[in-house]
Amino acid sequence: MTADPETSAAVKEFILAEFLPGEDPDELTESTPLITAGILDSIATLKVVSFLEATFGVSIGAHEADVEHMNTIADIVQLIQSKKGG
Amino acid sequence: MAEIAVLHDYLDLPVAGRSAHTAVEEADGAKITYGELGRLSDALRDRLLSMGVRPGDRVGVWVRKSIDAVAAIYGILKAGAAYVPVDPTAPAGRNGYIFSNCSIRTAIVEDRYAAALRSELTAAGQDVPLIEIEGAGGGLGLRRRLDALQSESPAPHGTTIRPAADDLAYILYTSGSTGKPKGVMLSHGNAMSFIEWCSETFEPSGEERFSAHAPFHFDLSILDLFLPAKHGATLVVIGEELGKEPTQLAQFIAESRISSWYSAPSILSLLVERGKLREYDYGNLRRVLFAGEVFPIVRLNALRHLWPLPVYYNLYGPTETNVCTYFQVPADIEDSRTEPYPIGKICSHLSGVAIDASGNPVLDGSEGELCIAGPGVMLGYWGQPEQTENAYYVSEDEKRYYRTGDIVAREEGGSYRYLGRRDRMIKKRGYRVELDEIEACLYLHPEIDEAAVVAVPHDELGQMIRAHLSIRGAERMSIIKLKRFCSEHLPIYMIPDQFSFHPALPKTSTGKTNYQELKQYG
Repeated sequence: MTADPETSAAVKEFILAEFLPGEDPDELTESTPLITAGILDSIATLKVVSFLEATFGVSIGAHEADVEHMNTIADIVQLIQSKKGG
Repeated sequence: MAEIAVLHDYLDLPVAGRSAHTAVEEADGAKITYGELGRLSDALRDRLLSMGVRPGDRVGVWVRKSIDAVAAIYGILKAGAAYVPVDPTAPAGRNGYIFSNCSIRTAIVEDRYAAALRSELTAAGQDVPLIEIEGAGGGLGLRRRLDALQSESPAPHGTTIRPAADDLAYILYTSGSTGKPKGVMLSHGNAMSFIEWCSETFEPSGEERFSAHAPFHFDLSILDLFLPAKHGATLVVIGEELGKEPTQLAQFIAESRISSWYSAPSILSLLVERGKLREYDYGNLRRVLFAGEVFPIVRLNALRHLWPLPVYYNLYGPTETNVCTYFQVPADIEDSRTEPYPIGKICSHLSGVAIDASGNPVLDGSEGELCIAGPGVMLGYWGQPEQTENAYYVSEDEKRYYRTGDIVAREEGGSYRYLGRRDRMIKKRGYRVELDEIEACLYLHPEIDEAAVVAVPHDELGQMIRAHLSIRGAERMSIIKLKRFCSEHLPIYMIPDQFSFHPALPKTSTGKTNYQELKQYG
C-alpha cells in the first residue's frame, strides 16, 4: 500500500482545526494516539467519520469508528485507502 | 497551673509567669511582651465594657495582621464578647455585610477602612460606634486610641469576663454556596479542645517561635493565636503582603528563626518554586504543619529535600470542626510516590464515622462521607437554623456528627484516605469521576505550576471536564502532550475535555484556588 500524503495532510488539518485549536502542528504526527489519549472522544470520532465520508466519498461503518481503525492518522489513512480499493 | 475555663485564660499564665518574654513580634521587628499584651488587652476590655458590650455580643475586627489585631482579639474575649475577624483586603461591601449580618455591637477598625465601613453599616440600618485606630503595627495605633478615649471619658478598671465554655467565642465567615458569606459560630470550648489536643500532640516549648501566616479570619489562625500563648512562646506575625511574596518570605522565615510553621500548602509550593530555599539556613525549623487543601505530593517531597530537618504534619478539617484528622508524614521519602498521603487518624478529642449516601456507616475500606462529633464541632451557622440542622448526621445512638462533605475511605489501622469533595464527584457518561484525582494527576507533570479541574454543563457530553492550568515559564502547553500525559495515569473518560491556560489561577481571600470564579470562566 502506498503512502498518501495528501489524505494524511487533510485529516491532520481537520483534526487540528476542529479539536486542537492553538496546537503546534508538529505535535500531531502520523502515530499520535487520538482515541486512547482522549484527543478524540466518541462524538469527535463521529465528526471525523462524517468529514472522511464527505471529503473522500467513502462509507465508514459504525464498527469501524473505533480505536482499532482510527486511533492514529496512519490508521485513518489506511482505512480510507482500503475503502478506495487502494 | 490555673484552670483554663475560657480561651483568653491562655494569656494569663505567661502574663503572670513570663511577663517580660516576647509574646508577639512583627516582621519589621516591633514586639510586645506578655506583660504589655496583657495590659493592652485589659485596656480594650475596659473600654468595651464601658461602651456597654455584654457577654454574647459580637465585636468586629477589621485590622491588618499586627500586634494591634492580636491585642484586639484578646480584649474582645476578655469583655466576654465574641470576635468577628474580616479579611482586611476584602471590599467594604463584603465586610459590611458580615458585620451587619451578625449585628456587631462595635468594631475595632483601622481608620483607612472606617469611612467605607460606616457607610455600609448606615445603609444596613446599623449605626454602631466604631473604635478607629490609626494604622496597625506594634500595638501603637490601638494603644494611642485607647489612651485618647481614656482621657476624653475614663473607663473604670473592670474585670475579665469568663463566660461558659459553650458560649460563643468567635464567628468565622466562609464563602457560602449561595454567594453570601456564612458565619460559622465557634465556642470557647471548641477552640480549647483543639488547643489542648495540639499541645499534647506537638509538645511545643516556651522557647519556640511560631509563625502566624494564615489570615485571622481563617481557622488556621486559632492555633497561631492560642497555642504559643498556652506555652508562653513567641508568635511571629507575617503580614498580608509578605505572606504572599515567596522570595522575601523565604528569607524572613530563616532570619526570624521560626521553629513552627503552619500554613496552607499553596504558599509552601510557592516557596519551593520561587523561594531559593537553598540560600538560607533553616536550622531552627522543627515543625511544618499544613492544612486547608491537598498538598501535591511532588511539591511536598521537593520541600522535604529543601527543608530536611522539620517534622511534617498533614492536618485536615473544615472550619466547622477545625482540625479533625492528622497525619505525620513519614521521615523516609519515597521520591517515586505519586499517591497522596492520607489525612490520617481522627484527633483524640473527636470521634468520626464515614457514612454512605443513605446515612449508614460504611465498612473499613469502603468510601463514605466523613462525619465528626465531639467538643470541636461548631455551635452552628449564624442566623441559619435550617442550614445548621442540615449540617449534621445523627447516629442511631443519637450522637450528632457534623457532615464534612468530604468523601474518605478508612484504611486498616484507622487512618483515613481523602478521596474528594462530595460535590466534586461527577458522573460523566455513567462513569463516576473525581475531579480531585484529575488534579492530582496534572500536578505530577513537571511543567504544570497550578492546576484546577472543574465540571461544566455541556449539551452533548452532559458534563464537560475543563482543566485550568498555569504552566511554568510558558503561556501554554501542547494539548496533545497534556492529553497523552493524562492518558498514562487516568482512564480515558477522566482525561479533561478542555484546557485553559492562565498566568496564575485566581485565589480566594484565604489563598485557596477560587473554583467559583473558574466555573464562571467562559
